[in-house]
Amino acid sequence: MRFSLDNALGIHQQALIVRAQRAQVLANNLANADTPGYQARDLDFKAMLAGAKSATETLSMRTTRPGHVTGDASDFMENALYRIPLQSSIDGNTVDAQTEKAEFLQNAMSFQASFAFLNGKIRSLMTAIKGE
Amino acid sequence: MALMDNFTIMGSAMRAQTIRMNTTASNLANVDSYGASEQTTYRARQPVFAALLDSAFSENPGVGVTVSKIVEKPGDLEKKHEPGHPLADAQGYVFVPNVNIIEEMTNMISASRSYQTDVEVLNSTKQMISALLRLGE
Repeated sequence: MRFSLDNALGIHQQALIVRAQRAQVLANNLANADTPGYQARDLDFKAMLAGAKSATETLSMRTTRPGHVTGDASDFMENALYRIPLQSSIDGNTVDAQTEKAEFLQNAMSFQASFAFLNGKIRSLMTAIKGE
Repeated sequence: MALMDNFTIMGSAMRAQTIRMNTTASNLANVDSYGASEQTTYRARQPVFAALLDSAFSENPGVGVTVSKIVEKPGDLEKKHEPGHPLADAQGYVFVPNVNIIEEMTNMISASRSYQTDVEVLNSTKQMISALLRLGE
């Protein structure tokens, strides 16, 4: 029987990567909460996860120049969308600190959940390997 | 790794907010710094924030915030009749800095709240990373 470590760990490793990327996008929004003209961004978690899953199944593109796109998940900001503001501010900034903070915390909790699932998978693999 | 970048991003944000606090402090300290002329009198200062860009190839902002410049508040300065003041002109007038204490206090509270948010985000990121380091234990 063929055994794949990727299959054994399930979707959680990709979920963890996307959660980490989303944390960066949300942190950047909070950092620019007072920047005039800055527009808040966010990632579509579902689409990103689907993209991350297919990226591991397909071959990545070769890059020979610094400007080339790699086509892998490291270019995640290309998939970032702009948030629709609830209340627009005079200086054109669309960051709502409350929304961003809540999203960041929720994202951090989901990160911990994905982490716990992944950790469980690894533990059960360890149990199987040791045969205790 | 995306999570490690959070430290740079929040570091830049905290730096920017500190500069904002410093200009506010400077404005409040100079609220009574009368001057002899419109040009030499202190004017309220304000930092202008700008989003840092990822790289020359990408138009995506993603690496934090910077203070692009510090601007002085424009407009005519108020004149005050103080004949006994050493800087007073022939008519006995001195120029008053255009610092608005209420504006400055609001700005200070806003800056310190933003700073608190930045620290909280840093703490959450630290927890996420230290959890990752314990993966598989």
